[in-house]
Amino acid sequence: MISAPDVVAFTREEELEDELCSEPPLPEEYSVPLFPFASHGANPWAKVASSKFTRDFILISEFSEQVGPQPLLTIPDDAKVSGTFDLNYFSLRIMSVDYQASFVGHPPGSAYPKLNFVEDSKVVLGDSKEGAFAYVHHLTLYDLEARGFVRPFCMAYISADEHKIMQQFQELSAEFSKASECLKTGNRKAFANELEKKLKDLDYTRTVLHNETEIQKKANDKGYYTTQAIEKANELASVEKSIIEHQDLLKQIRSYPYRKLKRSDFHPYEPECALDQANTGCDQDLTTSDLAEPGETQLYAHVPSYTPKLIKAKSAKCFDKKLKTLEELCDIYFFTQTLDQLHQIERTFRGDVCYLLTDQISRALLKQQSVTNFLFEDVSFLHEKPPEKQYRGCQGLSEDAVDRKCSEESPAPKVVISLGSYKSSVECVPIKMEQEIEDSQEPKMTESITFEHQENLDYLDADIKGSISSGESIEVLGTEKSASGLTKSESQASLPVSPSPQAGRSKVGSRRTISEDSIEVLSTCPSESLIPEDFKASYPSAINEEPYVDDEEGGLRFTPKLNPDNADEQEDISKQENLVQVDSACCIGKESPNFLDPLPDLEQKPCDEDGVVRIPPQPYRQVEPGLHGSFGSFPSHDGISGGLLPYELDSRYLTGSREVSKSSLDECSDSTSYISSAASTCSDRTPSPAHLACQASERHKKKAGQNALRFIRQYPFAHPAIYSLLSGRTLIVLGEEEAIVKKLVTALSIFVPNCGIYAKPVKHWVTSPLHVVDFQKWKLIGLQRMVSPAGVNVLHALSRYSRYVSILDADSKTLRCPLYKGTLVSRLADHRTQIKRGSTYYMHVQSILTQLCSKAFLFTFCHHLHLPISEREPEESVVNRRMNFLKLQLGLANEDIKIVQYLAELLKLQYIQESGQGVNPLLRFDYVPSFLYKI
Amino acid sequence: SSIQTIGEEQIQNPYTELLVLKGHQDIVRFLVQIDDCRFASAGDDGIIFLWNAQTGEKLFELRGHTHKITAIAPFSSSDASEEKKHLILTASADRTVIVWDCTSGRQVQKVSCFHSTVKCLTVLQRLDVWLSGGSDLCVWNRKLDLLCKTSHLTDAGISALVELPKNCVAAAVGRELIIFRLVASNDGSEGWNVLEVKRLVDHQDNILSLVSVNDLTFVTGSHVGELIVWDALDWTKQASECNFWDSSVHPDVQPEIKLSQSPNETSVQHLTSDEECVFAAVGKGIYVYNLQMKRVIACQRTAHDSSVLHIERLPNRQLISCSEDGSVRIWELREKQQLPAEPVPTGFFNMWGFGRANKQANQAAKKMQENTPAYFLELVGDLIGHSSAVQMFLYFGELGLATCSADHLIILWKDGERESRLRSLTLFQKLAQNGDLQLKF
Repeated sequence: MISAPDVVAFTREEELEDELCSEPPLPEEYSVPLFPFASHGANPWAKVASSKFTRDFILISEFSEQVGPQPLLTIPDDAKVSGTFDLNYFSLRIMSVDYQASFVGHPPGSAYPKLNFVEDSKVVLGDSKEGAFAYVHHLTLYDLEARGFVRPFCMAYISADEHKIMQQFQELSAEFSKASECLKTGNRKAFANELEKKLKDLDYTRTVLHNETEIQKKANDKGYYTTQAIEKANELASVEKSIIEHQDLLKQIRSYPYRKLKRSDFHPYEPECALDQANTGCDQDLTTSDLAEPGETQLYAHVPSYTPKLIKAKSAKCFDKKLKTLEELCDIYFFTQTLDQLHQIERTFRGDVCYLLTDQISRALLKQQSVTNFLFEDVSFLHEKPPEKQYRGCQGLSEDAVDRKCSEESPAPKVVISLGSYKSSVECVPIKMEQEIEDSQEPKMTESITFEHQENLDYLDADIKGSISSGESIEVLGTEKSASGLTKSESQASLPVSPSPQAGRSKVGSRRTISEDSIEVLSTCPSESLIPEDFKASYPSAINEEPYVDDEEGGLRFTPKLNPDNADEQEDISKQENLVQVDSACCIGKESPNFLDPLPDLEQKPCDEDGVVRIPPQPYRQVEPGLHGSFGSFPSHDGISGGLLPYELDSRYLTGSREVSKSSLDECSDSTSYISSAASTCSDRTPSPAHLACQASERHKKKAGQNALRFIRQYPFAHPAIYSLLSGRTLIVLGEEEAIVKKLVTALSIFVPNCGIYAKPVKHWVTSPLHVVDFQKWKLIGLQRMVSPAGVNVLHALSRYSRYVSILDADSKTLRCPLYKGTLVSRLADHRTQIKRGSTYYMHVQSILTQLCSKAFLFTFCHHLHLPISEREPEESVVNRRMNFLKLQLGLANEDIKIVQYLAELLKLQYIQESGQGVNPLLRFDYVPSFLYKI
Repeated sequence: SSIQTIGEEQIQNPYTELLVLKGHQDIVRFLVQIDDCRFASAGDDGIIFLWNAQTGEKLFELRGHTHKITAIAPFSSSDASEEKKHLILTASADRTVIVWDCTSGRQVQKVSCFHSTVKCLTVLQRLDVWLSGGSDLCVWNRKLDLLCKTSHLTDAGISALVELPKNCVAAAVGRELIIFRLVASNDGSEGWNVLEVKRLVDHQDNILSLVSVNDLTFVTGSHVGELIVWDALDWTKQASECNFWDSSVHPDVQPEIKLSQSPNETSVQHLTSDEECVFAAVGKGIYVYNLQMKRVIACQRTAHDSSVLHIERLPNRQLISCSEDGSVRIWELREKQQLPAEPVPTGFFNMWGFGRANKQANQAAKKMQENTPAYFLELVGDLIGHSSAVQMFLYFGELGLATCSADHLIILWKDGERESRLRSLTLFQKLAQNGDLQLKF
């Protein structure tokens, strides 16, 4: 069955194709910024707009044993977000695809109930009717009062953009795993607390019962037992059994497998605030929430004050009472941490997928430029502390706290609960392992699939085919194994290891004919119950089947064209890919030797980081499909006409060596941003940064770009000002009004090279006279002009140190700085630029600065440019060689040389400094005359 | 009066990089070189810092004095047998002298039996003793045993000491110059006796500076601007320039300028010399006095905006001066081309036509008149960084120049080109060390 929204794109696509054919072919360079759907007056993202919600959100649902699936909360917590979207209905959908093998109860051969440490399952599903696609993360929480002690929950990231879900699966999965771990950790803690209380109750009950029995015994000297006595004895026995059971449960929960310590993604909370928050968390600890004394000792001391009460040995019927809320199920600290994490996920993944992808690409590339990236980029996120360390630190910390707590709270000798035992972990069994297990079962099949369609790696097409062919095709993407040791059969359906997740996804794509509804389970953690034999059997034919299905359905007019040409088309694409040296594994083998090394590097890193699936995420692979998807929104669009846009952008970013004509770059950037912004109908229009930390800086970038554009247009002397910044001469923006000065400083800050990995050397507002130390520390300063005597001092200091600074007077609109006759800045800051948007301009600046960085890198690391080749070589010839290189090889003119030299100095300092102790910041300057520029 | 300025283009100024060394909490008054790449700084906060002159790294922070430092002197062991040990002596207003080990940064010994603040310290390497001058003169050996001392001289105390040939020392005490001689004690032990040999009372005012030119001559300068050249052997006055700054020498100078010269503007703050000349920092000006010609051969009457505090001769015919106005200036002593077609400075017209003459013009006029091989001091660069008086500086050759100031800072001025080259060298060394030079492709 063809679900309508999915088809829309293709029909349009086809129309477009016709249109293009009828027109005379445009030269390639003109075809780039074309907005192909303008003539239709339609938004290519109309499909997205069909969804009933306005932006992505996260939904937490529960399968309640009392009322069935129910939505619990959404993030953001705003009714507007979900709009008319039926949360109840969708909860039902997502809860119905829970493949967790949660088996709790009395397993055969075990005397006591066994807790099963169930792993989360990760599913991608789409509901074409609702226009919703979701990454669904199922997890199980423990509740002493629940049936089988478990409560199934799920967290879902719901988006109208299928591509986002599919392409960001790895990232979503990793992030949600963190949230889940955090929640489960808190839950285990709460559960253990609950168990302890219950044990105390039971113990107390037992004592009471025991006493009563004794009294009865004494009172009763008749030699036989009354029924009452027998009843009491039975009750006592059941209480004792219950105690043993609960003790066993407690032991189990405390001995929670703690094997995955070293997983890098296994760290749900921030270490810096861990202690604080842990304390506050404990303050409000669920089990003791009625006691609100602040302070640690009191806090920990109050626990023994729990007065046990008499309870019935038989537990109450589960329908009798209100089930605990999610909040109650989890330690408050961890609960808030989880919510924070979910909020962060929401923030991270909001917006159009192309933002996410480009951001990921640029970050991956930036990471590679380890020597130069600090100059103009915010690399703080690249230097985040290794998670492992964080984790360790945190663990020690919290363990301490908890240990203290426990030793105080429990005078009775008990197993000291270390946080360790609360820690949960995703048992990230690499699929490879599982495959080894199941090798015997279907090795042939997987292999054939893997290699048969090696060239059809363009998974996007396959994806689409999948959804075209059926409204509900299952595509198994990844799997996880249960920590408690699932049997082989449970994980048997897991994936073949394929070189790329996409490949795997597309290949295994298959029809599922179980239900007629419109749910497409695209990825799942398979478990025995859900992967029936017949489904497995359908594997080999799955792909070959698809074309026929298309034919049969007959709903797609373009199918005949697409399918026969499929291979060719994809080959074309892959050729293009080869040309630009960007993509996929198959290309690596064939061509682009330059990328042979970096690529494996890249592939390995993410592999280590994301512990969910062993399939390497391969940034570069994602790069390309991502651009396909986001720019064209229709996969075959690339193949036909507009494919150049992403490729060209791509190649420029990647190679950087190609001389890019400025105009085309501008246009590209412009159109990019335009399309992108238009694209994000499903969310707010801010570009979505992949990192929370970048959120603010993203906004800042946009603003700075806008201000910079204004500055360039407004001030004819923008070039020498920018030159000052680039060459390391402190620029002082002098003005009476703080807002104006700060705006200028913000605008200019994008041109300031960093001196280290720390914050930019920019000081937005200073009111006191400056000293030489300030010029050493700051390269861009906003200075207050005052009329008071103090102001005279300020100005006096300025004139005194005038050789170190350029002064931009915001009030009289003058600039006093050295002459600039180079060419570089004019490319960077053309006042006639067609760029309109701040973020676009920011990117433009960024790309030129990146080129500059590479020049500086070359210059810095060419041995013979700095050191004599032979010992007898005079210094002058080295200097000559150096200047020749700068002028001829790097094509730098006049003052541009100074820019590169300054950047080179920064690179040297940074490189030398890295390992050694901090070198004093130094101030370099030139004795050059300054000139006064006026408007 | 106008001051010569150089503008922003300073081709000959090699110092294009600076490093600010922070640490002191009060005026930094003294800089003393320890060895090729280390120096010590001291000042009113009583702390002594040891610095690496190349990297600007702070090596040690020596704390022991409770008051401001009044004198500092390097004290290297001359023993050839053991490796050279670098010590420094510091005297403070807390009436102690401390010996520091520059290698370990530890206090070696402390002497606190002084009746007054020690104002000057001199090491006589030849005799392996050191002298402390306060209200009396004490002679100490390396182990800090007091060998001998003079009787109480004056409350004001000795302000300067200089070593003279034949175990003699000249001490400036107020306006008097006292010559002491160290005599080996009679009992044959290593002790010394100190004898007052002669008192010279030629100066009209307090002697501020005292410098030894060579084995035969030494020079003193006083607060009222007298400069006397002495014979170092028989302590006779060889020559004197009592008012060489005085404009009366140069008849063309306007009288009003003469009147405006307060004693403070004529005091000889600091003297330095090479074999031929004595360079005197007099008031705001710098004067070059030729010992052979016995006259001032070049001068810059207003070299700085305010008093010149320290002046030093560089090996390359350059002269550096620092001043209370917070600037450091680099001068070069050049022979004046006696070209008749010398461009006439505008000052000429000023001189005749207007009341206030341009100093340079005066000078030029003077040179023309004297018609002798004239020299002039040309400003080749200025270093502006301190925000307050530059107390002293230390020239480290190609390592750069360290300046200390009342703004609590020490600035290391460096040759940017050289530093850049050195960094490249370090970079490639580190690359090689890290094995990054092997291409990973």
